[in-house]
Amino acid sequence: MISPRSEAELAEAVASATGPLLPKGGGTRMIGDVAGEVLDISGLSGVNLYEPAALTLVVQAGTPLAQINSLLAGERQRLGFEPPDFRALLGRDGVSTIGGIAAANASGPRRVQSGAARDAMLGIRCVDGQGVAISSGGRVMKNVTGYDLVKLMAGSFGTLAVLSEVSLKVQSIPEAEVTLVLDGLDDRAGLIALRRALGSPYDVSGAARAGGRSYIRLEGMAGSVAYRAGRLRALFDATLAEGAQSAAIWADIRDVSPLHGRAGDIWRLSVLPSDAAEIVATLLADSGGDGQRDVVYDWGGGLVWLTLPAGLDGNLRKALQGRGAAIKLRGAGAAPFARQSDQVSALSSALKAQFDPFGRFAQGVF
Amino acid sequence: MEMPRPNSMILSHRAQIVAQLRAALPEGCVIDDPMETRVYECDALSAYRCAPLAVVLPRSTQEVAAALRICHRLGVPVVPRGSGTSLAGGAMPSADCVVLGVARMNAVLHTDYENRYIHVQAGRTNLSVSGAVEAQGFFYAPDPSSQLACAIAGNIAMNSGGAHCLKYGVTTNNLLGVTMVMMDGTITTLGGPWGDGFGLDLLGVVCGSEGQLGVVTEAWLRILPKPEGARPVLVAFGSSEVAGACVADIIRAGILPVAIEFMDRPCIRATEAFANAGYPDCEALLIIEVEGSPAEIDEQLARIRAIAARHDPILFTEAADEAQAKRIWLGRKSAFGAMGQLGDYMCLDGTIPVSQLSYVLRRIGELSVEYGLDVGNVFHAGDGNMHPLILYNANKDGDLAKCEALGAEILKLCVQVGGCLSGEHGIGLEKRDLMPVQFTPADLEAQMRVKDVFDPHWLLNPAKVFPLAASAARRGQAA
Repeated sequence: MISPRSEAELAEAVASATGPLLPKGGGTRMIGDVAGEVLDISGLSGVNLYEPAALTLVVQAGTPLAQINSLLAGERQRLGFEPPDFRALLGRDGVSTIGGIAAANASGPRRVQSGAARDAMLGIRCVDGQGVAISSGGRVMKNVTGYDLVKLMAGSFGTLAVLSEVSLKVQSIPEAEVTLVLDGLDDRAGLIALRRALGSPYDVSGAARAGGRSYIRLEGMAGSVAYRAGRLRALFDATLAEGAQSAAIWADIRDVSPLHGRAGDIWRLSVLPSDAAEIVATLLADSGGDGQRDVVYDWGGGLVWLTLPAGLDGNLRKALQGRGAAIKLRGAGAAPFARQSDQVSALSSALKAQFDPFGRFAQGVF
Repeated sequence: MEMPRPNSMILSHRAQIVAQLRAALPEGCVIDDPMETRVYECDALSAYRCAPLAVVLPRSTQEVAAALRICHRLGVPVVPRGSGTSLAGGAMPSADCVVLGVARMNAVLHTDYENRYIHVQAGRTNLSVSGAVEAQGFFYAPDPSSQLACAIAGNIAMNSGGAHCLKYGVTTNNLLGVTMVMMDGTITTLGGPWGDGFGLDLLGVVCGSEGQLGVVTEAWLRILPKPEGARPVLVAFGSSEVAGACVADIIRAGILPVAIEFMDRPCIRATEAFANAGYPDCEALLIIEVEGSPAEIDEQLARIRAIAARHDPILFTEAADEAQAKRIWLGRKSAFGAMGQLGDYMCLDGTIPVSQLSYVLRRIGELSVEYGLDVGNVFHAGDGNMHPLILYNANKDGDLAKCEALGAEILKLCVQVGGCLSGEHGIGLEKRDLMPVQFTPADLEAQMRVKDVFDPHWLLNPAKVFPLAASAARRGQAA
């Protein structure tokens, strides 16, 4: 294991490496078989800049998420993209770091309103496969100076470079939060309700379905939340969960708690919300799974978490019929990237060869 | 502005190049009459002009591919063009290039309200995207001030923003997928109507790549439900510093208006003379817009009023009705036109951390005196994206050079305080040679390696974005 304490040491470690490396933050969200000498980033830790009035945070990549959350909470702020904690889902321990979150583009339920991790990332610093330090973006809200390598690194799972610093846009914690809970609907009707809510002017910040219930979250100033909840309750038969009770619902959706402890492979599907119910029904018919215990829908149905018995990969591809993408997070053959078109695959491999010509980081992934 | 010497081999083969393009494209898609190519000699950075070798105006993705295949085979540089509204010279031709305009490709291909996206051809104008979904209560959020004319293709190339991106983000945050033709004529799809493709975010790097990686011909765009209503307020202050402090306090209080716009005295005066929007004669004013139902708007404005009151505003006017709201926006929207009445101007686009607002405005004032050129400031204060407008006289010898030098000083200042050279207009030709102020050679090399992958011979919009010296060896590879 190599444990650099600074970006310069990290660059030196990569430059002098002779074999494959495995960049690692807290190791809480790696997917699939990964190998190489561990390059432990946890020594690159600390806040480089925090300006609450500018909604800006610049941190070293190994900084623990918990430390960032508590720093922000002290100023009544938060990471708007609501990064999930996958430890229980994937059976990991360890400390989630911001570099791992950025490398996985790990984003929670609020993506439907505030965007993903990639949208909150204002800038990055990283070290490429030749040990060269590179910066892209910056710390300001609007920046079109040069190519957006920030997006290229977000969700690249450490295949192109090792992140050393991340700049983030943060947001204020709103004063009120409520969740409408819709019971008694089947998946099809329950997802239609989510799509109607997302298509309404009431600024929904969460639209998910699990355990036979649909959930619609509203956040903001107290008067505004009460008003919007009233308008949506005129459309749907719903009960209200407020404050901590609402927050608990969304922590469970975010961390995919309903699937914790379920046997089988864990899949993550990206589909059109209006296709989700049918695709899932087909797969459950194949697997004999339990729709209330083996499925979590988030992002209005655009994101589906699913447990399937091992060996149903072919069924899944058939059910998707090219209408989206899927990756396996846990199980044989788990990998962070889905199969791409030939052109996209060729472009991705060519980019990999540019950033990591000696194959220091994960190989054969595109 | 230095441009590479046109390739004489290409110039001498003009007739053959045009003939091949004509043979591959339908009647009326190729322009080579010098009277007509002159129309394409510049974009909105009109200080620089150069007519291209020829112009092609294809009507489909297949025709774009056909044109690119020919240019690729013959080693002819291609400058993609949307509506030609770039303020950075992004669509400025060279004498040896073919301009590829996508303006004829403006159809709506599909709208899906249930899944909240629209699929359009990329030549469609920004405003007409919103226009296509308006009746169903939806809109497309990025709203560059040229939105009546600018094309989605150009918005994607420059990752355009607008006044309302404080809440809704810029193009990259509202773009789901594209169909793109690469320089060799390969047609590829990046992203699509659903969210994640679980691969490298190639879409993210194509957005904002200034037409250097491919020609985008179709796009899937996120559409949003329109808010129930919106209301602007006009707040006037005795100094720019105080206005800046008020902006910081609003953001710090957790209020997220859809827009916070700032104008300083030179801009206010010019605007009043031009548009007569009823602005007070003051040092600085803010236009703050909030959205929601009438009650939600009242709730937000009450808090903004309380925060503003702590900064002793000279004036705090809430729009009482639609007509007054329009008048409040009228001045801001005509600010560039108004400054244009005073003479020629150059519009800058740096972004700074909002905490540096007062210092940067003061320094710009000092630099303005030093260079003897007036500067007006109008900008998106909520996100620190500044638009200093430098006035100069194009007919006066040396004035443009002086203006460019002052512009460079101001942009360096933006980078020095932690900001960047361009917030939403792009680098293009205009800021190309300032890139080393913000980036190390290694940073630029990493970006150029991305172009190497998509366009190995550097034929697409080649002399832009990167300093000429930095890209020289690569551009020399062009056949």
